Amino acid sequence: MIRVAIADYGAGNLVSIARAIEVVGAEPLVIRDAEALRGADALIVPGVGAAAPAMDRLRRRGLIEPIRAWIRDGRPFLGICLGLQLLFDGSDEDSAETLGLIRGRTVRLANPPTLPHIGWNNVDWLGHRPLFEGIEPGAAFYFVHSYVGAPDDRRVVIAQSEHGSRFPAAIAQDNVLAVQFHPERSGADGLRLLANFTAIAEAATRAASATALA
Amino acid sequence: MLSRRVIPCLDVANGRVVKGTRFVDLVDEGDPVELATRYAAEGADEIVYLDISAAPEGRGTLLDLVERTARTVFIPLTVGGGVRAVSEMRDVLRAGADKVSLNSAAVADPTLINRCAVRFGRQAVVVAIDAAREPGAGDSAAGDPLRWTAYVRGGRERTELDAVAWAERAVELGAGELLVTSIDRDGTGAGFDTELLRAITDRVGVPVIASGGAAGPADFVRAIRDGGADAVLAASIFHRRIHAIGEVKAAMAAAGLVIRSTAGVAA
Repeated sequence: MIRVAIADYGAGNLVSIARAIEVVGAEPLVIRDAEALRGADALIVPGVGAAAPAMDRLRRRGLIEPIRAWIRDGRPFLGICLGLQLLFDGSDEDSAETLGLIRGRTVRLANPPTLPHIGWNNVDWLGHRPLFEGIEPGAAFYFVHSYVGAPDDRRVVIAQSEHGSRFPAAIAQDNVLAVQFHPERSGADGLRLLANFTAIAEAATRAASATALA
Repeated sequence: MLSRRVIPCLDVANGRVVKGTRFVDLVDEGDPVELATRYAAEGADEIVYLDISAAPEGRGTLLDLVERTARTVFIPLTVGGGVRAVSEMRDVLRAGADKVSLNSAAVADPTLINRCAVRFGRQAVVVAIDAAREPGAGDSAAGDPLRWTAYVRGGRERTELDAVAWAERAVELGAGELLVTSIDRDGTGAGFDTELLRAITDRVGVPVIASGGAAGPADFVRAIRDGGADAVLAASIFHRRIHAIGEVKAAMAAAGLVIRSTAGVAA
């Protein structure tokens, strides 16, 4: 059973994510500092709300450098909602400087009929088969946000959704996966996506230990 | 496309689902987690708990209920009733709710909306508005427009606030969503007050959840088409199995509204 660390920095609902990870057969570790990250095989950074206070809280818990190092080391990572947006260089929401791991910015959703974008919306997958294994094309996931990622390199976008304009619903860059929606609140399809992530993480963990033994 | 949501609302007191008329004659209706699980399997897009016990000693019971639900039901959960402070909202979110609905406390101190939005993001802040028509208003011959007044304390206490102006103010202060209940229609089965909904949806850009008066699937369609609502909420017609969520969604789909398919949603 792989251990999935979930970063707790006071920005959102961890109960559902931790429980969802348990339901898909992995062990959730809710971590509040870098030390607790040591025993983990995969890392999830969740979160809702604004970028600047989230970055402040990550900084206070000493989690910024460990998250960057985790990603640079090529280890399995999933960002959820704000956890996707924080990967970019900065956010237009409050001019916050964010993690800078994927080139681009977080920008306000263009031409929305309503804002925040709250509810179930269809997700069209463009790539990265393993993350959406077993999920129908166009399946609906639950979104709650007003800002979206705008990557410099559009090739990182692996799924799109639309609310007045099209925006990235999921991105992937090497070991980094991130979704704008909330899989832990998206019923059976959401659980399937989390199961797919833990399977990807398990394969990566096995490959890494095989390399270490060789 | 963003789906229009169908949301069952569970009135809870001391950790149990209760049914009552205007908050009196409460009857125990069972375990909220069981009912929420059933609704999620039947295609509910979200669950709302409205805590009507509101006694301070009931908070622990409510938080325990929220946590049990969040661990079992993998669709969004909104919790309302009795939240008066940022710290109370934090506790409810930490227990596993996705959104908290503010009502009387926001009327008493509108800065609460802003403080909660700054701390948790506006997407987590729902402002619930209980509104009743002003008797006598709406005489079009006399050029007198319809007016609605906001009520608090479960609809028992009239305020001086015009409901539509209060809706606009709540959004300016940071509400990410409005839950608009027509007190006149609530429990009557006379249909949602689509004029109230339209008056508000014409003036705000956030999603509006319609509540109060649903009798049949056609009412849900009207709340969206005529009222401009983004989501529709009902309690008794689902609890009493008068209509299933799937029936409501089928009627919405037949009317050309975008819904989330209910096939295979049981987690």
